[in-house]
Order: sequence, then C-alpha cells, then structure tokens
Amino acid sequence: MSAPGALSWYEAGARQRIAVLLDQSSFAEILGPAERRMSPHLPLFGLPRAFDDGIVVGRGRLDGRPVLVAAQEGRFMGGAFGEVHGAKLVGLLRLGLTERPAALLILFDTGGVRLQEANAGETAIAEAMRAIADLRAAGVPVIGLVGGRAGAYGGGGLVAGTCSGLAVSEAGRISVSGPEVIETNRGAEEFDARDRALVWRTMGGKHRYLIGGADAFAEDTPESFRKAALGLIDAAAPFDLATLEAEQARLERRLDRFGETLDGRDVWARLGVNDPEGIPAATDDAFRASAEGCRESARDAR
Amino acid sequence: MDRLSFRHATRRPHPGTRAEAIAGVVASGNLEILLERVLAPDLCTVEIETPVTGYGDVWEAVVADFVARAQPGGLRISINDGGARPDTVSLRLLQGARLMEEAP
Repeated sequence: MSAPGALSWYEAGARQRIAVLLDQSSFAEILGPAERRMSPHLPLFGLPRAFDDGIVVGRGRLDGRPVLVAAQEGRFMGGAFGEVHGAKLVGLLRLGLTERPAALLILFDTGGVRLQEANAGETAIAEAMRAIADLRAAGVPVIGLVGGRAGAYGGGGLVAGTCSGLAVSEAGRISVSGPEVIETNRGAEEFDARDRALVWRTMGGKHRYLIGGADAFAEDTPESFRKAALGLIDAAAPFDLATLEAEQARLERRLDRFGETLDGRDVWARLGVNDPEGIPAATDDAFRASAEGCRESARDAR
Repeated sequence: MDRLSFRHATRRPHPGTRAEAIAGVVASGNLEILLERVLAPDLCTVEIETPVTGYGDVWEAVVADFVARAQPGGLRISINDGGARPDTVSLRLLQGARLMEEAP
C-alpha cells in the first residue's frame, strides 16, 4: 500500500513522473518546451498545440546509472503519437545507439496514433519498433512503464510489446484495439466498452501480469515503478534468436492454453489462481501473492 | 484559432533567477503556460493561442489583472489554451509566476 499523501503515478503528469522516478535533479530535457517544436498539423484542424507535443524526452540517472527517458503526457490528446511526438521518441531511441546508456525508459500514457496526423504517427510507430529492436540488439534494455490514465493502446501497445520488459500497475492497461474500437467494429455483444470491470479483466494491469504480458507488477507510486524498472534492467534477456524462439513458443503455448476461454476469470482459473473471482478486488500485496507460482512469465523469452 | 498578444510595462522585475518554467497541460478546460525570463526587467508580454474564438476582451482583462497583481517584469509568457475558464487561467498564471520564484 502507498503511504497517504504519496504521489499517484496514475494522477501525475509526464514531467512529474520523470522528476520523481529519476535521481533527484538529474534530468536534462532534450527539445524542451521553450524550443517550441510543436505539431505543424493541429492548427489546420483548429486544435490547440502543446509546446512539447505531449512527450518529454531527455537524459537522466536512475540509481546513479545513466538512462535515456521518454514520458508521454496522457492528458494532451490522450498522449497520442503525432509527427513531432513520434519523432522525439524515435530520435531518443536512435540516440541510445550512440550513447549506450544503462537503459532507455519509456513512460507510456497513450491511446495510440493521433488521428489528425495518422500517417506520420503510424510511421513513427514502425520506426520506434525498429529502433527498439536495434537498441536491444546492441545490448541496451528498453523498459516500459505503464500506469497512466490513457494506458498503452494502439501503436503504443505495439511499441510496448517490443520492449525488453514492462512494468504495469493495476490501473495500467495494455492492448492494441481499445474497448470502444472493438465495440464499434464487432458490437456490444462481443465487447461492452461500458463494462469497466470487463475492460480491466481483459486489458488491465493484473490480467497482463498474470498472463506474462507484463513482467513486473507495480503499485501506483513512483518508488514502486522505480524499483520495478531497476529490476527489469537487470533481468533483461539477451536479444538473440534463442530468446525470440522462446517467446514464439511461449505465445503458441498461451494460445493452446487459453484460446478457448471467453473471460479473464476463466484464464486465471486455468492458470491455477487460488480465487479467480477475488482477483479484481485484491490489494496489490494479496494479488502478488496469488500470482506467485502460477502466473505466466516471459523471463526467458521476451 | 485566435492568436492574441499583450504587452505590459511593470513596476519591478519578477523575483527569482529561474530562467524558464512550464505549468499546466493542454487539455479540455485546461491550458499550459510557458514562462521565460528573456525580456527587459520592466516589460512583460503574454501571447495566447486558443481554439475558442471571440473572447479577446476576457483574455485582456485576465492578463491585465494578473500583471497588476504579480508585476512579472522580464517574463515572456506564452499560452496554449485548451478552452480554460478565466478563473483557471488566473490561477495558472499565478502558479507559473510562483514557479519562476523558486530555485532553478
């Protein structure tokens, strides 16, 4: 449990998250707000711009180790990838290849590609995934932290899936198609987006941790995410053929095991979780204890 | 989009040495304010970009009130507005001015 008055990761903004995650005063921003590198597209739609285009990137230290960090601002257009937003992330990832930091951290908070500049956004997603693969191949772990109000959706979910390791909190959600997108395309019988409990049973942090879609489960505090990030940096598997084959085998096994299930609760029951019905209401500590020993793990795979 | 620009003389330079600060975020009913200590110490400018058109008089009054209260000499203030109410704008401006007084 978090101490009363402690900062909530979910409630915090991108700049706040960086300030409390990294070593004190160690952050130096690249292309800060005063550079005014704003979206060239939004004014065409009569929409307001942000000085940082909704993403903060730069250098800092984590427990003394040099890191590169990117944090999305989920409150600005749902943290969506526009042209500048995406280019800042891709540029940072490529900078990692020359600087070789101890890790590159991505603080996800995004609904995916920004529809008003979708072509540029989609391109940025592909470039970011390629850059992450290059960085991992060079031995630099790329760690994703997911615990913001927008989650990691759309292309952001794809970029998250490319990372060396992911930490998620209960409030965090990871997926590609969001609840409303599924409902719109397949009907409310397929997926009722208003059923928030269903959304969390399908895409929420606890579910993702249980099926090995996330590698660490964090409480909704900066300290917990910091600890999780440090653990994931040290646990990052080498990015080689053996790792990728293990990951492929794990995903095939997951499909065999859970392909027929219709609800998160059925998946958890098959995993052998003690009280599947009690998972959504369980405290962080009780949940971690239930997950121990039966959750799927990507430790040797991704 | 409305682009507004105001220029005020101030009686004194804004306290503190911090060169730059940012407050708020562009979201519905909210705004972001970038403050830079780059002007002559008896001058303050405020530039505003807002998708809500036709409220120039209200912005003028809110900015004039802020300058009278804070005397933010030397500050270039830039605003990206997401449709914030005047009271939110006032509070955000004062928050930004306060940030510029803190240690860099």
